[in-house]
Amino acid sequence: MQWNNWNEFLAMGGYAQYVWPAFGLTALAVVIEVIQVRAKRREVLRSLHAQFESEKGDPQ
Amino acid sequence: MKKLGLFGVMAALLRREVSVALRQKGEVLTPLVFFVVVASLFPLGVGPESALLLRMAPGVLWVSALLAAMLSLQRLFATDHADGSLEQMALSSTPLGLLVAAKALTHFLLSGLPLVLMAPVLGLQFGLESHSLGILMLTLLLGTPTLSLIGSIGAALTLGVRGAGVLLSLLILPLYIPVLIFGAGAVEADAAGLGIGGHLSLLAALLVLSVFFAPLATKTALRISLE
Amino acid sequence: MNTQKIHWFKFSSPQNFYFLAGRMWPWFAVLATVLAAVALWIGLVMAPVDAQQGQGYRIIFVHVPAASLSMFVYLVMAGWAGFGLAFNTRLSGMMASALAPTGAILAFLSLATGSLWGKPMWGTWWVWDARLTSSLILLFLYLGFIALQSSIDDPRRADKASAVLALVGAVNIPIIYGSVYWWNTLHQGASVTVKGASIAPAMLWGMGLMTAAFWMYAITMTLVRVRAIILDRERHTEWVKHAVE
Repeated sequence: MQWNNWNEFLAMGGYAQYVWPAFGLTALAVVIEVIQVRAKRREVLRSLHAQFESEKGDPQ
Repeated sequence: MKKLGLFGVMAALLRREVSVALRQKGEVLTPLVFFVVVASLFPLGVGPESALLLRMAPGVLWVSALLAAMLSLQRLFATDHADGSLEQMALSSTPLGLLVAAKALTHFLLSGLPLVLMAPVLGLQFGLESHSLGILMLTLLLGTPTLSLIGSIGAALTLGVRGAGVLLSLLILPLYIPVLIFGAGAVEADAAGLGIGGHLSLLAALLVLSVFFAPLATKTALRISLE
Repeated sequence: MNTQKIHWFKFSSPQNFYFLAGRMWPWFAVLATVLAAVALWIGLVMAPVDAQQGQGYRIIFVHVPAASLSMFVYLVMAGWAGFGLAFNTRLSGMMASALAPTGAILAFLSLATGSLWGKPMWGTWWVWDARLTSSLILLFLYLGFIALQSSIDDPRRADKASAVLALVGAVNIPIIYGSVYWWNTLHQGASVTVKGASIAPAMLWGMGLMTAAFWMYAITMTLVRVRAIILDRERHTEWVKHAVE
């Protein structure tokens, strides 16, 4: 354990304004990518349902 | 009918490509004018201080030449594609790799070579000495064929695609970087009194690699684009 | 039914891979989370302070994994692309397309974290060091791939064309990286790194585990993304109709 208390940890030896945004950006990138992937799946499913609905009336 | 050997076929292809391209003289001259204009923009952007311009010259001239060489790449296959002759050539018994090589060589002769000849004139504007001008010409002479060969890959990939011009630039500029680094680097090294044997060998190596592998990639891309 | 051998080739059909990926991705997600948690604990809490760079060096625990993995993902992408060109399989092209956005995001992260690392060390938001410059070029290669894919309407032609591009890029990467590293040493540029001699074991563990975490994460994202791509491309088949009901 390198840190004596929470404040020291958050301060990161004076580099807090660089270290935390770096980790924060990484977390944000993960969140954004997860959202993007799920949105893509939803969009594909939506368009497939629309296509199959319109095909229901077509003769087989 | 006389049977042509490999060189005969290449010579015939080259003759055809050069004569077709020369019909559009304007399109041959435009990249050259672009080279001059772009190179002149840099002093206008950074100021006329001669020491700064001298320092910038190799990189600026190389980048400007690179961009000018890239300008005319789009036409490499597009005009033949538009009138259907490209498909004819792809279906013929002539190896597609040879045709592609002939087109790249034509591009070098009509685009690259003029840049090589124009570069010393621009170099004088930047205050380069005659020895540096010579090295600049040599590096461009070694480098521009490579640019044509790599560029032909991009031209084949983007054939008939929306926004092909800008897309082509995006695709091949990263691939141009090694040529740029060694080309401009040689001129700088020479000005600093260092040896340029390494730079020139690397430029030559890049050229040899492109001669062997670029036509392969280009003809694959062409077949994909023509499907 | 023969249960002795696993017939791997059956998974090269998009339909079978769709369901296989559906079962696999949660495991990779769990692995990624666990590895990341351990790596963060080691990197942020346990690893000792660096003699020259103070606590600021801890950014390497995301910067180096992002940089390494963005490169690795590109090679895997080019591998799938090459496989697809050689064997004319549909799924390979879909895998390459699925990998590209993840790789591009990782390349971008590598740049952003590298920039945040460089600012306190060198005073500027960008440093033309070899690794950052190479990461920038790698990002351009990714963006070119994605741009080419999205500008060609026919999916099969798009896959094949971008496959050629990916392979050309992959072949060029050693040449580009080599020339950039050479260019950097020549101009005696700054270097965004931790000195070799003073790397403590905990630092190596932290970087290694986080790289593994990113790897599992990349696999997770790719598997989920490729499932959507498969559904989209195979929309005219019966099995898709039944799968989405």
